[in-house]
Amino acid sequence: MKRYSAFSIAREAFRFHSGWERAWRSPTPKAEYDVVIVGAGGHGLATAYYLAKNHEITNVAVLEKGWLGGGNTGRNTTIIRSNYLQDESAAIFELSRNLYEGLSQDLNYNIMFSPRGVMMLAQTEHELRAWKRTSHANRLAGIQSEMVTPDRIKEIVPVIQIDGPRYPVLGGLWQARGGTARHDAVAWGYARGASDLGVDIIQQCEVTGIDQSGGKVAGVQTSKGAIKCKQLCVVVAGSSGMLADMAGFRLPVESMALQALVSEPIKPVLDCVIMANTVHGYMSQSDKGELVIGGGSDGFNNYTQRGSFQHIEETVRALIETFPIISRLKQLRQWGGIVDMTGDRSPIIGKTPVEGMFINCGWGTGGFKSIPGSGWATAEMLADGEPRDLAAPFTMDRFKEGRMIDESVAAAVAH
Amino acid sequence: MLILKCPYCGVSAEETEFTPGGEAHLTRYTSGSEDQAFTDYLFARKNPRGVHFERWRHVFGCGKWFHTARCTATLEVFGTYTGQTSTPPDNIIAVIKAKRPEWEGFK
Ligand SMILES: Cc1cc2nc3c(=O)[nH]c(=O)nc-3n(C[C@H](O)[C@H](O)[C@H](O)COP(=O)(O)OP(=O)(O)OC[C@H]3O[C@@H](n4cnc5c(N)ncnc54)[C@H](O)[C@@H]3O)c2cc1C
Ligand SMILES: [Zn+2]
Repeated sequence: MKRYSAFSIAREAFRFHSGWERAWRSPTPKAEYDVVIVGAGGHGLATAYYLAKNHEITNVAVLEKGWLGGGNTGRNTTIIRSNYLQDESAAIFELSRNLYEGLSQDLNYNIMFSPRGVMMLAQTEHELRAWKRTSHANRLAGIQSEMVTPDRIKEIVPVIQIDGPRYPVLGGLWQARGGTARHDAVAWGYARGASDLGVDIIQQCEVTGIDQSGGKVAGVQTSKGAIKCKQLCVVVAGSSGMLADMAGFRLPVESMALQALVSEPIKPVLDCVIMANTVHGYMSQSDKGELVIGGGSDGFNNYTQRGSFQHIEETVRALIETFPIISRLKQLRQWGGIVDMTGDRSPIIGKTPVEGMFINCGWGTGGFKSIPGSGWATAEMLADGEPRDLAAPFTMDRFKEGRMIDESVAAAVAH
Repeated sequence: MLILKCPYCGVSAEETEFTPGGEAHLTRYTSGSEDQAFTDYLFARKNPRGVHFERWRHVFGCGKWFHTARCTATLEVFGTYTGQTSTPPDNIIAVIKAKRPEWEGFK
């Protein structure tokens, strides 16, 4: 792999950019791999990258039915924060946020991590108390976050209207080291890194069946033929239920549409991420000037990657109250992704009823921020055959054992 | 935007007049049942891509719970039927079979 650098840009400028090579290989699949990963979203690609980098397991394929990063990884609103309530979540989300800080250097690929700060507004007494509790939990977990007053919020976000009318801003939970990153670049950077270390990324290759012999996984059927494997790891977000069905079990997961939109580009007005969970809306401004806006998910099962219009309406209606300046803006684009929701709004990383088959799913509306940490933890699990400390709390039996990792109460909008 | 017809009051309305209530026809396991059966009742879901049966409530109307047969891959609504049944009725099954010949049937 040729490294990207200021020097390489200068060099290519002098030869009509003829010397750039493809960022990743496009190999034809081998008949057999040690590990097959289904799904080339951020989580699948990060898993492959850390398998190769941290554990030197490189006889690995990542199979993708469409194009890499075309799922939720390329459809999200890129909020990165780690101020979660429960210890288990805090551990994996904080590792992620930490890895994001050095990821551009590690991957030699600019993922445009921008630690611009994430502000979570409290607009009811109830929410204020909840955020106070979270800020204390964060302090115990060694995560930097702080409660801020309405005046301080007005300083950080001058375009906000803090005094109502319906939901005055009473305070906020501020994580100064949270922020955003370029979502596509995260997928591309991990793909390039993994490919360079020997991982085969095979696009346009849909998994249509899972082969088993004696309760053990033997391989997969795909649109490019059968591929054998010793270990299989399914990382397909909204399609997890379908892959589980192929293997003959059910998951505590439901697939629903989550939408987002961007406004027309305007001059810089907002230099942090702001979330208003009571009214269900959040917003940041992209480098191009568009306001990136999202809200809650639809309430029913859906695989169409488009949601119901009233949710967009609801989100915008709510945000206009708190940010009157956006009321005249036009919507430029709107889109949806299919998110994999679990009952406690925490992910699943672990074994499945089929021996040798592992799963990473359930990140729902908030798994962009966790891509590095999740890939790290999933690679550990595949290398050992057992989840280590980071992933262990997130196994599927937690539902049976009643040890939920409840983040649904902690964050009504869990981006 | 879905348009549903409430089988009780006969009103056809946009989905905003209703509220979704999740997978239909679950067998309710309670205390005294096997752990696994209880867990599955609470959490394990079919979550199919295609024909799906679910509960809806006419919340801004007559207030009653009813059932809907719907395709999660196209958002097509096959029909709605009342709440007092633990399996989809024959006329609904016939509509689905006509439109989705490859469908494996209600399981
Ligand atoms: C509108 C929206 C806004 C969001 N905002 C945020 C946010 O601000 N912050 C945040 O942290 N998270 C956010 N999220 C959530 C985040 O996007 C996801 O949790 C995360 O991207 C999931 O990554 P993944 O790699 O698991 O899945 P994906 O990126 O969806 O990748 C799964 C891949 O599997 C492939 N696949 C599926 N079936 C098969 C098959 N049979 N064979 C082969 N390949 C298959 C798909 O094509 C897809 O590429 C948002 C999501 C949406 C939809
Ligand atoms: Zn009615």
